[in-house]
Amino acid sequence: QKTKEGFLSKISKAIAGKSTVDEEVLDNLEEALVSADVGVDTTVRIIDRIEQRVAKDKYVGTGELNRILQEEIENVLVDAPSVGSYTFDSPMPAKPYIILVVGVNGVGKTTTIGKLAYNFKKAGKSVLLGAADTFRAAAVDQLTIWSDRVGVPIVKQEMGSDPAAVAFDTAQSAVSRQSDVVIIDTAGRLHNKAHLMDELNKIKRVIQKFIPSAPQEVLLVLDGSTGQNALEQAKHFTAATDVTALAITKLDGTAKGGVVLAIADQFKIPVKFIGVGEKMEDLLVFDKHEFVDSLFSLQ
Amino acid sequence: MFNNLQDKLESAFKNLKGQARITELNVASTIKEIRRALVDADVNYKIAKEFTDKIREKATGEKVLNAISPGQLMVKIVKDELTELMGGEEAVFNAKGNPAVILIAGLQGSGKTTFSGKLANYLKSKKGLSPLLVAADIYRPAAMEQLRVLGEQIGVEVYIEPENKDAVSIAKNAIAESKSRNKNVIIIDTAGRLAVDEQMMTEVADIKNAVNPQEILFVVDSMTGQDAVNTAKAFNERLDFSGVVLTKLDGDTRGGAALSIKYTVNKPIKFVSNGEKMDALDVFYPERMAQRILGMGDITTLVERA
Ligand SMILES: Nc1nc2c(ncn2[C@@H]2O[C@H](COP(=O)(O)OP(=O)(O)OP(=O)(O)O)[C@@H](O)[C@H]2O)c(=O)[nH]1
Ligand SMILES: Nc1nc2c(ncn2[C@@H]2O[C@H](COP(=O)(O)OP(=O)(O)OP(=O)(O)O)[C@@H](O)[C@H]2O)c(=O)[nH]1
Ligand SMILES: [Mg+2]
Ligand SMILES: [Mg+2]
Repeated sequence: QKTKEGFLSKISKAIAGKSTVDEEVLDNLEEALVSADVGVDTTVRIIDRIEQRVAKDKYVGTGELNRILQEEIENVLVDAPSVGSYTFDSPMPAKPYIILVVGVNGVGKTTTIGKLAYNFKKAGKSVLLGAADTFRAAAVDQLTIWSDRVGVPIVKQEMGSDPAAVAFDTAQSAVSRQSDVVIIDTAGRLHNKAHLMDELNKIKRVIQKFIPSAPQEVLLVLDGSTGQNALEQAKHFTAATDVTALAITKLDGTAKGGVVLAIADQFKIPVKFIGVGEKMEDLLVFDKHEFVDSLFSLQ
Repeated sequence: MFNNLQDKLESAFKNLKGQARITELNVASTIKEIRRALVDADVNYKIAKEFTDKIREKATGEKVLNAISPGQLMVKIVKDELTELMGGEEAVFNAKGNPAVILIAGLQGSGKTTFSGKLANYLKSKKGLSPLLVAADIYRPAAMEQLRVLGEQIGVEVYIEPENKDAVSIAKNAIAESKSRNKNVIIIDTAGRLAVDEQMMTEVADIKNAVNPQEILFVVDSMTGQDAVNTAKAFNERLDFSGVVLTKLDGDTRGGAALSIKYTVNKPIKFVSNGEKMDALDVFYPERMAQRILGMGDITTLVERA
């Protein structure tokens, strides 16, 4: 995993022997956060909070400051509500539990689905995939290869067919097969394209015709190397489909994915999963503490 | 957004009514606003700093004409400077050769395969060339099938060796094949890779050495954030690419990564990709990009109107 000979230690050096948080420390902090894609607004808010807290607590010592920094940044990240929550190992809150996976083009939706299926299956659950990306060239083939790789069934139709119809078929098949978890892939779409966003809504409504409480999860996949545009993505996908959780991919690269701090700050959506590679094992359950640590790792 | 930056600059200058020149003093808060606008647009933090320092130098002492406000003048200076930086000398795309070889590289999901199809379509329909697409991504599930489908859509042959697990040899074989099939340009689609993946970076460098491409295009997602600099630098060090392709510009991203990349590696942006369809390809307009990054409407008309 990422090394974190970190920024926090760099900051510690900068403040060694000082009794207050001075400009230099705050400048360093600002640079680290903005360079991790946290964005100016959220960075300023975090820094304000740290300034207030330090003024109030009269911080002593560098160890203390490190803890304050880490805590304040972690506090921005929201936890998933405990009601209706799940882990790979625990029983699912509903059966079938339907996860609809959405996001802009190329972020890693289909790959994340493969990884999720692998993890659920490994934990002993029966999984069904739905290939509702009928648009992108070879999208169905790609998901089919994942279903073979993991060894889970897939519901599909030919390319160009109605994605809502595939989703409906999938839900129906899940009930008759008594699947535990259903994961539905959708085509990548840019959030500023209204007709494509409507299509997502239609997919959702069609599933609900069959199972009113579904989909239990709408997972928005974000590319960890995306900058401030991820905020727009969160905003529009939430408006169209009530996103319930985020997955951040490609964090095995040098990008930090800090924009999720801004998203958590503004939209209060929890991050649940992290993608750290292209293989089916390369999925982690999100851990606040480690994530904040890695924001400050130096390359 | 234009109004936003413009308004901010106006208010930064509001106490300076009647001043005829932009001075050290009155420029400071404006520079801060501009820097912030750039960082909000995903321009790299350090580059935004350097760039605005340059603007400060350039603007200081500049005479404010009666016709426009100091805020407008500042925006114009920034936009002109940005346009120049984004453009530079005219970008030429070289598809001459027998065959001409074009290598496509970049991060995962950036839009390489889609762009490969678009480029083939463009060279065929607009330049009268006879392209061969080469599927050299041996890793991603259904990558070859994806390229095959795109080739079919545009009526361009695709070279595929489903069983070959060596991308370098696929590329080499494709060149030999292009001669017997009478193709004069070959476009090699490669797998997505991270700059820190040593093995994969070696592979693409090996492909380059084996096929000696006329053009190596680095394909980058225009929504990329601060990391664009690291990636562009690393790919450039390994491949010394000849141009950049910016994808997904049909979105609403401000696209500051374009500036970061140009600033860091100084390679021309040769194409932009703005849609999923095979004809959604455009040449690059530096001024449009500058305006987009600044979140502006058409500044020139505004300045003229003032
Ligand atoms: N390094 C790395 N690559 C990833 C990760 N997740 C996905 N990828 C790669 O990113 C590329 C795009 O992934 P897909 O799963 O096809 O993305 P998608 O969102 O389904 O794409 P569309 O359906 O075309 O919108 C592929 O090359 C994946 O192997 C990750 O966590 N790390
Ligand atoms: N809206 C939009 N989508 C694009 C554009 N270019 C590519 N895409 C989409 O982005 C996704 C990824 O494109 P690919 O061409 O598969 O990307 P890639 O770089 O080949 O991906 P890997 O081979 O997995 O690394 C697909 O859903 C494409 O349809 C574009 O300019 N605009
Ligand atoms: Mg997909
Ligand atoms: Mg590809």
